[in-house]
This record gives sequence, structure tokens and C-alpha cells, in this order.
Amino acid sequence: MTTDTPGLPASLSVNPRLDRWLKFQADKTVRIATGKVEIGQGVVTALSQIAAEELDLPLDRVVMLAGDSDEGPDERYTSSSLSIMVSGASIRLVCAEARALLMGRAALRLNCSPDDLTVEAGRFAVNGVPGELSYWSVAPEIDWSQAPTGNAAPKPASDYRIVGQNVPRHDLPAKLTGAAYVHDRIPDGVLHARVLRQPGRGAALLSLDEAAVRRAAGIGIEIFKLANFVAFIGPDEAAVEAAAAVAAEHAQWDGVPNIAPAQQEAAWLKGQPSIDNHYGAPIDPAPSGRLVEATFSRPYVAHASMAPSCALALYADDHLTIWSHGQGMHPLRRNIAEVLDLPLEAITARHLDGAGCYGHNGADDAALDAAIVAVNKPDHCIRLQWRRQDEFGFEPFGPAMLVTMRVRVDEAGQPQDWTSEIWSPTHVQRPGTGSGFLLAAEALPNPPAAPAPQDPAEEAGGGGTRNAAPYYDIPNCRILHHLVTTPPVRTSALRTLGALPNVFAMEAMMDDLAAMAGADPLAYRLALLSDPRARAVLSDAAARAGWDRRGEGGTGQGLGMAFARYKNTAAYAAVVVALRVDEMVHLEHIWVVADAGLVINPDGVRNQLEGGAVQGASWALKEQVRMAGPGVTSLDWDSYPILRFSEVPDIDAAVLNHPDMPSLGVGECAVSPTAAAIGNGVAHALGVRIYDMPLSRERIMAKLIA
Amino acid sequence: MAQSIEITVNGTAKQIDVPPSLPLIYLLRNEMGLKGTRYGCGLEQCGCCMVLIDDEPAYACTRTAESVAGQAVLTIEGLGTAADPHALQQAFLEEQAGQCGYCLSGILISAKALLDRNPNPSRSEIVEALDGHLCRCGAHTRIIKAIGRAAALLRGEEPA
Repeated sequence: MTTDTPGLPASLSVNPRLDRWLKFQADKTVRIATGKVEIGQGVVTALSQIAAEELDLPLDRVVMLAGDSDEGPDERYTSSSLSIMVSGASIRLVCAEARALLMGRAALRLNCSPDDLTVEAGRFAVNGVPGELSYWSVAPEIDWSQAPTGNAAPKPASDYRIVGQNVPRHDLPAKLTGAAYVHDRIPDGVLHARVLRQPGRGAALLSLDEAAVRRAAGIGIEIFKLANFVAFIGPDEAAVEAAAAVAAEHAQWDGVPNIAPAQQEAAWLKGQPSIDNHYGAPIDPAPSGRLVEATFSRPYVAHASMAPSCALALYADDHLTIWSHGQGMHPLRRNIAEVLDLPLEAITARHLDGAGCYGHNGADDAALDAAIVAVNKPDHCIRLQWRRQDEFGFEPFGPAMLVTMRVRVDEAGQPQDWTSEIWSPTHVQRPGTGSGFLLAAEALPNPPAAPAPQDPAEEAGGGGTRNAAPYYDIPNCRILHHLVTTPPVRTSALRTLGALPNVFAMEAMMDDLAAMAGADPLAYRLALLSDPRARAVLSDAAARAGWDRRGEGGTGQGLGMAFARYKNTAAYAAVVVALRVDEMVHLEHIWVVADAGLVINPDGVRNQLEGGAVQGASWALKEQVRMAGPGVTSLDWDSYPILRFSEVPDIDAAVLNHPDMPSLGVGECAVSPTAAAIGNGVAHALGVRIYDMPLSRERIMAKLIA
Repeated sequence: MAQSIEITVNGTAKQIDVPPSLPLIYLLRNEMGLKGTRYGCGLEQCGCCMVLIDDEPAYACTRTAESVAGQAVLTIEGLGTAADPHALQQAFLEEQAGQCGYCLSGILISAKALLDRNPNPSRSEIVEALDGHLCRCGAHTRIIKAIGRAAALLRGEEPA
């Protein structure tokens, strides 16, 4: 990799060849390659809009290649709401530069000035008269291996015809009619595989009653064992599934984890070994003003993808090809090369769509599982799928968090000094980042040492500290971060990282401080927000929700609001939730208003806002990973319930478009404010606050009885 | 011992040998190439594998192939195609009702059964028909709207 070139988006400076990004193809299309992949967020469609816009091509002339380690750019992982900001900015510059090169070449051929040229659907016109020359006839004369300079000026937003339009998703028709996912790639002669997972790091397989497993399979299967990695392989998927279903009960392990029930709760984190960091203002040795303090929590939560993780792998002619629904194919290739001790060039990783992942789930791990089997069974295509129980039992979870907010307010009730103190395990153990690993690597001979715990730096958006610094105008703010190093389960990136618990806590404090100051929650927030865009989303959401009709608290009927700017640098979102509380919370309506700068596909953004609101609501109200003894016990949808159709209210999602402003990552912005607005709505309905998520029936009953 | 059964899949009658207790989902996906019937949990909890058996929604992950002998199975492939979509598929595209889409084929199947017996369902009737389905991306409100839109299309009305 080269180092960053100043002024270019990061993706472009590490992939400094135009042909890594774009290719004019014989069928009069342009192939645009991106390292970002489709995970249900519609980003590949949005990126195609950016390319078509800059190249002045109809959308059907743009073909997307997403996630290909051989031919596409390395853009690390599809994460952190960065795809439009980084890949989109790169594709825009590449296409603008390509257009300028093509125009220049065409002008030479036509012996005119580039200023005399226009282009329509890829065909050049001189002074408005179309000729024979097109992108495709001129493209072979250009050296596409050259590095992008970033010097070609993209179109002004006022000229946009495709960007800013509601373009339907390219991938949905297939998904609504038949095969569409990596799971659906079932080539002739494929061997299906399932795994028996090592119960935890360092656990050693003492015995496996293979005869019992084979009896369960019924049809002949192969049992592959390598140290503590076990796979069941065969041409009949039902047989390998039946084998895997009983395998755990026929296996004896040494060194199985023993998790105490208290460890599944966020409260356990306080006092555990931790790496401590202090960001922001020094601690005031003699603080003045009234102290307001409260502690909030969120338990371990799951990605809980609808599909169990799956991958295909084929090892033939000393080359390993992997098809995976992971979030980054270049990192996956590097990580698997390292585990299997193969040269990088001997591996190709290709993305195929899977179910939504919402962060680092089991996708990469399943890819290594499939690769291990494949290199040991050359010339057979291996299709390895996790079981539902594997997915719930062994995905890297969203970490539990404990958040204490300690605020000093002046006589007018205005916050003057704000401390966010956070206890959390790491939010990023992605393989290849230095803190993570692929799961099966631990089961192979010579397992890697346990990675040193680390968390994304606050300057880089933070992990546990994400959104812990108030966006409000408060003179002195600091974050005290305790990165807890001994969690009972593996944890990693889950949509919003620490922002959800932090925003839940921050916005609860804002409501409580407003109440103490005798102020309306909206007015109190607006008085502390100098950023006009933040004020605009809040005011707009409040107006849509009829905030001025909000009644007295404690009636069972609640209206709650919350605001956050994701990472304090990405999209702005304000959410108002109307709800009713009896023994449990009934959501009645959610209003979301966001500002994401220039919006590529408004309907796609609204879809993300709606989905983010539902997911935030589900985490706030229902979800907790249960664990005891050897591991996770919430292994199905009954023991890990998520928000159901009957619990989802109508949602109004609106986008305040600012085509003149840079695009801001929008995929995660609605999640945390929704959870926080529900917390505030429940507090309004009950007249007392619940500090711990999920806001379950048990916790509500406890407040009602108290 | 494999058993020979007759089964009608997406309108075509077939005579096939199935091993005992083979889950229907594997027959559909791996033997018949009907991969739109998706595996989600194998526990009748998520609805990704929903098919119609003699017009009634049923989980293909736990039903055995032999148990549907003599019956008619409809999968998403039998509903419509990308080139010639069913009104439900059309409405889902028009509403862009989906994100990752993994839950959608099962949901479309349950929606088909609903609209077959109730051409003008209320929101709560739609929600009740989808009670056996989960969606993790949060596309619920669009899905509910799309089913209402499909109902209107099938009634020959302009969707609201």
C-alpha cells in the first residue's frame, strides 16, 4: 500500500490507479469497482448514481463490481457510515477525471477544443452535433493505469440529474423473485459443511462420539478434524445439518468457559480490569455548581442477522477462491492468508450478498471455516453454513456498557461541566485491525495469542466513547473511558458502536436537566445548540410530531425526543417517539428528521432512517444476550426476541436536503436517537426514569410497584 | 429408504424419490433449484422459509418432504419473476420495501395467502398475517404499505 496522498480521499490514495476503479467494457458499459459492499443499505445503487452522474451516462450503462479482491479497490470494511463519504467521493473524482481524459482525447481526434464538446450517453457531439466517437472508441487510447490526480473538477451540484433522485435498488428484483445470496450459490457437486465450534479460547477437544454423529446424519458424511476444529462434510445438506445438530452433545471438551450469571449484566463491568483513558478537559479539582449524576446501562446485544453466516470456498490449482458476505474482501483475503499461511496472490475473495449484518458478525469467521475445509479437500467446492445456534452463540456481540453522566449546572440550570464515564469491553475486534482474529484460528494448531484489547480512538470516532462528548455548547467536557479487558464473550463492531448507550444516557440527562430547570426539553436543547443544522432537525421533528401538544407526564402516555449527530461529525438526526406504557411499552409513532448534506438517493436514505429507528427501538426495548456456564444461552429467536411486526409503529422519516453541502454518513444516525427518545418517552409516560436497557416488562413493573 | 412421492410444485406435478424425514426446504433448494425459499433458523421462528402448501402458509424448514405427498407447494419462484412480477412483487418494488431482503420471499408468501382470502386487509390484518415473520433491517412499515398497495393493485384500484 502507498501512503495517503494529500487532498485525495483515503480510498483513492491507497488505490492509485484509475483502472482499479473504472473500466470501459466492450458492451458499451462502464464497470465501476468499489471496495464497499451491499449489506442491505443500498450503497451500491447510490454509488452507481454518482458514477453515472459524473460520466453523463444513463444508469443502465453503469455496471457495479463490489467487493473483489482481485479487480476492485481495497477500501477496507463497509462500516462506520463512511461508504458515501469515502468511496462515493473517490468514485466521483475518478469519474470526473475519466470524463476529462476522454474529452481531451476526443478533442484531439476531432481537432477541436474540449470546450466545443458535449457528451450524451457516452457519445461525443461537436457544437451540439453528435458524431461517431464515443467513450468506448476513445477509451483504448488512454493509459488507465495512471494515478488519479483529483484535479478534474466534478460537476456542480446544481447540474445533478441522477444524484438526488429516488433510484430503485438494483439488487431488489432478484431478492424478491428467487436466488440472490451467497447462500443460494449451490453449484453441482458442491459439498455442504457445518462446524462444531470450540466452546471458547483454549478449549481442547477430548473426544467426539463419531458413531453417534454419523447415526444422526443417516447418510454418509465425512468428519474433518484438525486440532480443535471439527467440520461435517457431505453432498447431502440435510445429513450434515443433522450431524451438526447433535455434535455438541457427543463432544467432550477440556477448558470450557464457566460464565457466572452476573457477567451477562453491564453492572458487572465496573471494577473489572481495564485500560483507562481520559479525553477532553482536565478534571476540575474544585468544581462549582450543583452536581447532577446518573448511571445508565445497555447489556450485551446481538447482530442477529436473519441468515446464518455462510461462505463458499474452492481450492484448486494452488489457488483459493472464497465467496463471502463479509464487509471487506481485501481484509478477508489478508486475514485468511495469514491464518492458512498462504501467499496473498494465492487467494481471491469475492463478495456475494448476504442478509444484513449491521456490523462485524459471523460472516468472516464462516469464510475462514469454509477455507480451512477447502484447502484440505482440494478441487471440491465447499459450501459452509453456520447453524442458527452458531450465529447466536458465536457471533461477536455488541458489548455491554455502563455510562455515568456527571454534570455540574449553574444557578440557571445550564450545564457548565460534563463528565461521561464509560465502562465497556472493546467495540472493534475485526480481524486484521490488531485487536481481532478469525474465530477458527483459535481452534487450529498453533492458535494466535489473545489479541491485546484496544478500542477505536476517540479522535477516529471512538468505540466505547462514540458520541460520549456532548454536541451541546458546554464549557468543559471530558470522557473517562474504562476499556474492560476481560469480558465473558467476544465483542466487536455492532451498528453505532458505543453511540447508542452514550446517546441514551446523554439525552436522558438533557431531559432531566431541562425538568430541573423548569424548561421544555426542546427549548432547553435549542438553547444549548449553536449549530443551525442541529437546531433545524430538532425543530423540524418537533413540529412534525406536534411537540407543543405534549401533555403532563405520568399519565401512561409519553412523547420523547432525542438528538445526536452521529460520531459528532456525520449525519444529524432528531427523533420524536409517541408511546403508551402499561405493563410494557407500546410504540405509537416515530418521527425521524435527518440532515446528511448532499443526499444521493433520498428514498434510500429514508429507508435507512426507518430501519435504524426500528433497530434502535428493538435494542432499547427487547434485546439482551443471555449467558451462563459454558456460554451463550439465548440461542434462538424465542430467547433473543427482536421487535415484531405487531410492535412496529408507523414511521415518518424526512431528510432536510443540503445539496450544496458534503454528504454525511447516514446509515447509523437514526438508531441511537430513537433508543434515547424512547427512553425519554417512557420517562414522560411513567413520571419516573428507567436507566437500564432493555426497557422490559420486568423493569416497568418494578417502577410501577415502587 | 427413499420413498417415491407425487408433489406439485409451482403448478407442475412431479414424481420424486425422497429420503425419509428430509426437510422440505432441502428438497426445494438443493434438488429443485428453488433457492428463493430461504433458511433462517430451522426452528419455525423467523418465517424466511415460508411456502404455501395447498394454499396455506407453512414452514419448509421443519415440514418433511414426504408429508406433502399429493399436495401443491408454491414458492416465491411460482409467484412471479423479475420480468413478470406478481402484484405483490411489483408493489414491493414500488415501495422499495426491503433492505437486505432475506426475509422478503417468506413474507411475500404469507402475504399471498392473506390477499387470497382477504382482498382488502386492514393494517392490523396485515400485521397479524405477518406475525410468524421477523425482519431485522426494520423494513416493516414499507412491507405493510407494500402489501396494502398490492391489494389495491389486485382489486384494480389506484394504490393510495
